[in-house]
Amino acid sequence: MSATPAQDSAPLLRVEGLKKHFPGRNGGVVRAVEDVTFSVRRGTITGLVGESGSGKTTAGRCLLRLVEPTGGKAVFDGVDLFGLSPHEMKAYRRRLQIIFQDPYSSLNPRMRVSGILGEALDAHGLARGKQRPARIAELLTMVGLSPEHARRFPHEFSGGQRQRIGIARALAVEPDFIVADEPVSALDVSVQAQILNLMQDLQQSLGLTILFVAHDLTVVEYLCDDVVVMYLGRIMESGPSRSVYARPRHPYTKALLSTAPVPDPDFKRERLILNGDIPSPLDPPSGCVFRTRCPYAGDACAEIVPPLDPIGPSHASACIRQTELVAAGIL
Amino acid sequence: MAAVASSPAAYGGASFLGLLVRRKTVLFGAIILIVVVAAALLSPWIAPYAPAKLSLANRLKPPSAQHLFGTDDFGRDVFSRVIVAGRTSLTVGFSVVIVSTVLGVILGLLAGFFRRLDGPIARVIDAMMAFPDILLAISLVAALGPSASNVILALGIVYAPRLARIIRASTLVIRELPYVEAARALGVSTPRIMANHVLRNLASPILVQGTFIFANAMLAEAGLSFLGVGVAPSTPTWGTMISQGRQFMDSAGWIMMFPGLAVVLSVLSLQLVGDGLRDMLDPRLSKDL
Repeated sequence: MSATPAQDSAPLLRVEGLKKHFPGRNGGVVRAVEDVTFSVRRGTITGLVGESGSGKTTAGRCLLRLVEPTGGKAVFDGVDLFGLSPHEMKAYRRRLQIIFQDPYSSLNPRMRVSGILGEALDAHGLARGKQRPARIAELLTMVGLSPEHARRFPHEFSGGQRQRIGIARALAVEPDFIVADEPVSALDVSVQAQILNLMQDLQQSLGLTILFVAHDLTVVEYLCDDVVVMYLGRIMESGPSRSVYARPRHPYTKALLSTAPVPDPDFKRERLILNGDIPSPLDPPSGCVFRTRCPYAGDACAEIVPPLDPIGPSHASACIRQTELVAAGIL
Repeated sequence: MAAVASSPAAYGGASFLGLLVRRKTVLFGAIILIVVVAAALLSPWIAPYAPAKLSLANRLKPPSAQHLFGTDDFGRDVFSRVIVAGRTSLTVGFSVVIVSTVLGVILGLLAGFFRRLDGPIARVIDAMMAFPDILLAISLVAALGPSASNVILALGIVYAPRLARIIRASTLVIRELPYVEAARALGVSTPRIMANHVLRNLASPILVQGTFIFANAMLAEAGLSFLGVGVAPSTPTWGTMISQGRQFMDSAGWIMMFPGLAVVLSVLSLQLVGDGLRDMLDPRLSKDL
């Protein structure tokens, strides 16, 4: 999908300096998310990508206050979500929704589909009385299921169908913004495309703004207008998908992209293979968190925490050797 | 699938009548339970003798046409006493199940859901479980004063902790599941999350524990009566009949055998019905019933 110009100059959501620390073993601190700043433009899909353990899911949950953030701001339509009382937050729960990764554990096995969707409606006093069955039928039709499915239990559906129910539940309250937490990672490849197309259609027809959390870069390239790359709780690079994919300006992004398969047998590319695993967020490396696995890391990388420097129109990269590497033809 | 879709039950996959037809063991359990409860309820009309009527000429008579279950050491009719005793025993059993389930579910949910309450509640539960059941029950009845309702209250308190522990452990697991997170993201209130998501998924362990508590409560009531802190000795219960009949176990076994059989049948039938209910409430299992 091509990047559409922002309809509104102010972004729908601006995350500033988001931090989430968990208490670790032996009094340590797990820095799951550290100083994360990005914006999501109205009516667009932004991809939040990274390996497992990069903090992308935690960041997404913090935005909905499902996990209480340690610090930072999330300005949604002019209001800082993190400054709201639980009571004030309830009104915003109608505007921000989430779709989960696991279509099995995200639906209560003891509730019928009508109950699952009805709970969402009841929470905000929507579609009461006679309108209720009609609204449930409408929601099911919207996500490509049939109104008769309302009487069934989750176990009677396939993974893809269950994910559609999860999407219908999120849409039941007519949200503006949806955090999609790896919504297709648990599905078969053939079903993934159907769900992605559904999300894209719904995004366009309902004018939704979506934060799409994923570890699969090909999915993000296909779907997202903007992309934010995270590693060990920090942002490595962010920018419009087109420019990030065409020309990654951070060694980590380049490494991630070089592992993505390309459907062309003659395609040869320089591979940038990373060794080892992502370090523990309990004891992150000093300076640049990526330096322990970066093939271009120098001495200075251990000293300085690289700032997210702008390098183009809304494109930014957190690498102190970025100019050097570009000059050397590596990036 | 079609049966599930057309079922009228609000939740759970099958109706109870359908369950009885399809599962013979549940039907068997239900019939016994109905017979036992009916005999107890109708005992004033169907008992052939007054339960306290002495007849020294008929002491320790084995079962016969006059005395179906024989007579005890005072010549009282065992059959009449068994069905009359069923009233008290079943009332104590069911009431204790209700009291301990309500207490246990409330404590377990609070401990599992609110981290701040978890420590204090868990410690109280551990302290209570450190006492032997009967000792704790005796001290509670001694403090409250001996009466049928205090026996029920005391036993309810004694059996609540083990249920609370099970509920707490399951609640800790369920509250982290994505469907609970989804409900929170939707702004569903905590009491509703507890009822709709946590409690609904705990129906099976509650039913299973409930049947255990029922059996234990009837036996514990006998223990309390035997020790003189239970219901008044003039009121026959299955427990007291068993403990009093024990001394004639070799010479007149029927005195303790028939009330024992009544306990076994009511526990067994309740367990069969409980199993059936559990499966009925689980939509994944009810499909195969």
